[in-house]
Amino acid sequence: MSAIYILWLREMKRYFRSKAQIIGGLGQPILYLLALGVGLGPVFQKAGQGSYLQFLAPGVIGMTVLFSAAFGGIGLLWDRQFGFLKETLVAPVPRLYVMIGRTLGGATTAMLQGLLVLIVCLIGGFRPGSVATAALALPMMALIAIVFNAFGTALGSRMESMQAFPLVMNFLLMPLFFLSGALYPLNGLPAAFKIITNLNPLSYGVDGLRGALIGASHFGMGLDVLVLCGVALLFLGLGAYSFSKIQL
Amino acid sequence: MVSSAPDTHHNDVRPMIKVDNLVRSFGDFQAVKNISFEVQPGEVFAFLGPNGAGKTTTIKMLTTLLAPTSGTIRVDGLDPAKHQHQVRRLFGIVFQDPSLDSELTAYENLELHAVLYGVPRKVRGERIERLMKLFELWDRRDQQTKLYSGGMKRRLEIARGFLHTPKILFLDEPTLGLDPQSRNQLWTTVKSLNESQAVTVFLTTHYMDEAERVAQRIAIIDHGAIVAMGTAQELKEQTKTTSLEGAFLALTGSALRDEQASNADQMRQMMQAWRNQKR
Repeated sequence: MSAIYILWLREMKRYFRSKAQIIGGLGQPILYLLALGVGLGPVFQKAGQGSYLQFLAPGVIGMTVLFSAAFGGIGLLWDRQFGFLKETLVAPVPRLYVMIGRTLGGATTAMLQGLLVLIVCLIGGFRPGSVATAALALPMMALIAIVFNAFGTALGSRMESMQAFPLVMNFLLMPLFFLSGALYPLNGLPAAFKIITNLNPLSYGVDGLRGALIGASHFGMGLDVLVLCGVALLFLGLGAYSFSKIQL
Repeated sequence: MVSSAPDTHHNDVRPMIKVDNLVRSFGDFQAVKNISFEVQPGEVFAFLGPNGAGKTTTIKMLTTLLAPTSGTIRVDGLDPAKHQHQVRRLFGIVFQDPSLDSELTAYENLELHAVLYGVPRKVRGERIERLMKLFELWDRRDQQTKLYSGGMKRRLEIARGFLHTPKILFLDEPTLGLDPQSRNQLWTTVKSLNESQAVTVFLTTHYMDEAERVAQRIAIIDHGAIVAMGTAQELKEQTKTTSLEGAFLALTGSALRDEQASNADQMRQMMQAWRNQKR
């Protein structure tokens, strides 16, 4: 237990010491909020869907958590390149604990990053439906973060190239993001599109965030949580397996 | 010629490390070819060999990081492949490459290690302080290790290796790239800890003078095989040379060794160059 805690704490320390990463991580979400939120706002309004910023904010928060969680997997490559991974792998601690500690740490930083973007959204004029349900956004963010950090760990365990990891990650994350309902409502989509968005775990994450923050959910929050928990278990298992197979 | 240990007075105790007919292959390439040796408790034992001789591969197998292709290993009577956990508790290791978290402070690096190895909270702080003072790092304990010099990092890693009071300390080319002062201080401290705490030390090096100075027995390894083993004196007599360097060259020849740089090595070199540029 204390091993998991100390590895989680390490991720926290690294996060808070890397101000550039914290600030830099806000750039992409702010760009989306400005470019799309402001740019597409009038069209959305005219289509009778209300404020686009209200709709978009949970999507952009979901995106932030998605990207920072999944890119957390690159920490594994850094630790491999710069040797620290060996220190944890040769310690008398089950690899599963090492993986869990890292994943919880990475997921927490992704959540913090998501919270920062939520604050940015609030400053930008976003207003949650009710404060009570808005608190539910936290566990939703946590679930998204765990799902995609475990995913990043699974991928990071299998890759050694620091150049290839971000490319592969982007290649996988961009479709996940664009086909998740983060940017547009999921009702009334063509059938093929609907199948894809329904298979995308991020759809449920964003939908859950929307349910918590603006009280409008497409799948229903119960299903959102169920699907995310299932996918989290799957990816944690996959991540733990890949991590256990790392050879130095 | 690689028969039993020459110092016969040890024969009544169980060896701390016992390796028999150890082989490790990577595809068609045999990195370690049928080696056998023993290390006695409290002994300082050196693997001396050129680059790419199989030293690090052997250490990886002794320290549970790599499974042998064939042969047996016993570390304090335990098989590292089967009893990973128990074996990992027994040793401390200083890897050939750095293995510190550069964003954490020196103290935090040691604290993390102490927690991973289950050092009780009560003795943790006191032990970290004692080791950091011993290795003359206490004054800079709150500095991130990315600000440390190469020698300081090495000292910190060795202090870390001792932190959980291991029975064996593995040192894989610990003095690579250090200045003579750091090397001298490092060996003095390791030697004194070896004597005061009866820690068995297994080290690899390609510096002759170090092997001769600190190790009671030396195994010369080349192309994955042990070509000679004994005290420095015995090796000189065996090869009819006057220095260990002479003995080494007589046994391993003077051809240059190529070692392929791994991705990680190249990356580190790039980082090094980049850092130097910034200064």
